[in-house]
Amino acid sequence: MGRILAARLAQIAATLAILSFAAFALIALMPGDPIEVAIAGDPRLSAEDAARLRALHGLDRPFHERYLAWVAGLARGEFGHSRLFARPVAALLGPALRATLALAGTALALALVLGVALGALAAARPRLAPAVDAIAVMGQAMPTFWLGILLIILFAVMLGWLPAGGVPEQGFGLSHLVLPVATLAIAHLAAYARHSAAALEAALTEPWIRTARARGAPERVVLWRHAFPNAALPVLQLAALDAGALAGGALVTEAVFARPGMGRLLHEAVMGNDTNLALIALLVVALVTMLATLGADLAQRALDPRLRER
Amino acid sequence: MAGARPRPPRPPRRRAPPGRGAAAAALVAALAAPAAFARDTLTIGITQYPSTFHPNIENMAAKSYVLGFARRPLTAHDAEWRLVCLACETLPSLENGLAVRETTPAGRPGIRVTYRLREGFRWGDGTPVSAEDLRFAWEAGRDPATGFGPAEYYRSAYELIVEDARTVTLRFDRVTFDHASAGDFQPLPAHIERARWQADPRAYRTRTAYDTEATNPGLWNGPFRITAVQPGASVTLERNGAWAGPAPHFRRIVIRTVENTPALEAQLLAGQVDMIAGELGLPLEQAIALERRAGERFRFTYRPGLIYEHLDLRHDHPALGDRRVRQALLLATDREAISQRLFAGRQPVAHSSVNPLDPMHDPEVRRWPHDLARARALLEEAGWTPGPDGIRRNAAGERLSLEFMTTAGNRAREQVQQVLQGMWRQAGIEARIRNEPPRVLFGETLSRRRFQGLALFAWISAPESVPRSALHSEEIPREARNWSGQNYGGYRNPEMDALTEAIPEELDPARRRALWRRLQAIYAEDLPAIPLWFRADAHVWPPWLEGVRPTGHLNASPLWAEAWRAR
Repeated sequence: MGRILAARLAQIAATLAILSFAAFALIALMPGDPIEVAIAGDPRLSAEDAARLRALHGLDRPFHERYLAWVAGLARGEFGHSRLFARPVAALLGPALRATLALAGTALALALVLGVALGALAAARPRLAPAVDAIAVMGQAMPTFWLGILLIILFAVMLGWLPAGGVPEQGFGLSHLVLPVATLAIAHLAAYARHSAAALEAALTEPWIRTARARGAPERVVLWRHAFPNAALPVLQLAALDAGALAGGALVTEAVFARPGMGRLLHEAVMGNDTNLALIALLVVALVTMLATLGADLAQRALDPRLRER
Repeated sequence: MAGARPRPPRPPRRRAPPGRGAAAAALVAALAAPAAFARDTLTIGITQYPSTFHPNIENMAAKSYVLGFARRPLTAHDAEWRLVCLACETLPSLENGLAVRETTPAGRPGIRVTYRLREGFRWGDGTPVSAEDLRFAWEAGRDPATGFGPAEYYRSAYELIVEDARTVTLRFDRVTFDHASAGDFQPLPAHIERARWQADPRAYRTRTAYDTEATNPGLWNGPFRITAVQPGASVTLERNGAWAGPAPHFRRIVIRTVENTPALEAQLLAGQVDMIAGELGLPLEQAIALERRAGERFRFTYRPGLIYEHLDLRHDHPALGDRRVRQALLLATDREAISQRLFAGRQPVAHSSVNPLDPMHDPEVRRWPHDLARARALLEEAGWTPGPDGIRRNAAGERLSLEFMTTAGNRAREQVQQVLQGMWRQAGIEARIRNEPPRVLFGETLSRRRFQGLALFAWISAPESVPRSALHSEEIPREARNWSGQNYGGYRNPEMDALTEAIPEELDPARRRALWRRLQAIYAEDLPAIPLWFRADAHVWPPWLEGVRPTGHLNASPLWAEAWRAR
């Protein structure tokens, strides 16, 4: 187990190194530097101003020099300064990551619990399977932005029960989290419901389930203690992939509900040519995705004795 | 139920002592009634977050808007587009002796301009705003390592003399009509910022207290000061106790950034924001649609401003280089109909780049009404005759087909583009649409002159701003000049060059007006660019808000926020 973990961590480090170079190169190759865009917006900026500002921001240096300077800074633990937000990158990432984890983590947990519950209902009560399927299809078919706007119109504008978006100036803001969490959870629970229903239906036909029933185990015990651990494996893998994707921020949900988070931060950094911020944010997202996948693999090993023996 | 606010948490109930219940209820009612209606907080929605709070680093509308509440520059243009003193006592002029012509040490004509700071003008920590704050701003601005934006003002102001604790004299090596305008030059709190700047001017932009401790009261000298910042989300301002001017009505201003405009509209309808600032608010078409649906709940004000939508065109293009073709394009464009149908007539048609609200606007400037027959005749005269597919061809058989670009994702411009494409086709002109994201269009295609035909975009300027960078032949971007300059189309006219050089140096308003009239006449006849309209800002206010006066230019309305009131 230790050897496997060490190998996977080395693999993650190598992937991050390659990714950092590729991302740096892509951002450097994007047309239009920030000074060009600033000149277009301010007619008073002269040729001399442009040259001075470009030198000040280090944009006049060759690509490889800029990349090596950035890597050297990273090795010293310096994440650099965001040109777009005039703050150290580290100071921006913390709150954004926390906001994303609060939104995506809650939504994922809710989607997982409700999705698995619906899947189990469909597997245990085949008469209800079409209804569960219908819910799943609706959840999957509705675009997130549309669902978000519908929820805002109903609960914030018409009923006035919940805020339409944003974050409170102080405190955690549970009420501000309800609609975005519901939007994300509805969009994701469909997949969990369908996967868990299919896996449970398959598991319930296995010989050891017949044995458990023959031994007189109640149906609830058969479902959750005997069938579910086997059915959980594909759902767990799906949740790990979702966790990685959501760590990059649920951009659409964050935009519709005007919530800060990794998605919006990354989008603004890339569009605003803020190299320091874009790179570090991208690497953090990649790291979280890879760690989530690693976590899922380890959990699978824990659940499935066959994998442990390999 | 529409528009109901989210309910505040209910306070815990306590039983009143026997016999005192009625009195207590009466007292609560008496106290609560006025409090319930006293609006002392205003929540404003905008669509952009300031990238910095430093007044001189980066130039962006969101920063101008937020800082309008919290600091006062020396001078600004007001809602009537007149230059006025905000932090100074008297606007310098040759007549009042605060501006004096002189000869520079290099023997060139120069001018010295004296500003005296208002009495009682203090930073939020009680420190008086002084001449030392202006000296620090001048020294930092003159140092190229500091990273301020345009440096021409600081280069031209070659000497600053501190006359007394509240008075400075600046000596300029150039005499211009706008010598009284201090532009971006404004006091910076030397008692907080000087040490940070002196330690390392190159690192100043990352160490400035404006960004590392934006809630420090000593940074702000306006009627409000920043008290809380949520990066990317909101800025909270509260009354500045050291402000000596008229007391503002609102105790607290919260500015929320909601980039997605449907989400911003939803927050307005849900009562989470009280108003949407026109300077950075809803696109015009969205505001017009909202007014139709919820016009009775809000007040809508549309203020045309200095954002000039136009078509830049390549003057070295075989067709567009011919003035008759440019005129034909304009004649084939029914701007009035587009403004009426797409923008409910809120955006006034432009006849030159000078806004009708500008003091130098010439109302007699030539106008080009929509006239398809004349457009066709002009094209015939220029040698473009109809081809079998309806598109005109010249003697060499080349089709009159023009590449037409704009900023991808800007829905209003993309709609206009399609309407124009249809209108021009009736005159026998083909427009091939090819759009790019703003950063590519402005950062590469326009600035490196890689567009091939027409480009639809806007210029932002200031009142009586001489359009030298867009019209002078020296301002055609080229590699030797590091691609600076904004004469993207490559327009050349020696008389226009002479006018853009002469206007800034003409101090006599009557003679300057004559020069401006000539500039507008050439513009309307020669069409270096095709004027479309001046963009209007849509301000959405609650019915109870009074005193907000949109300016239509870059000196945003919060510069006069002390006059804002709740009914």
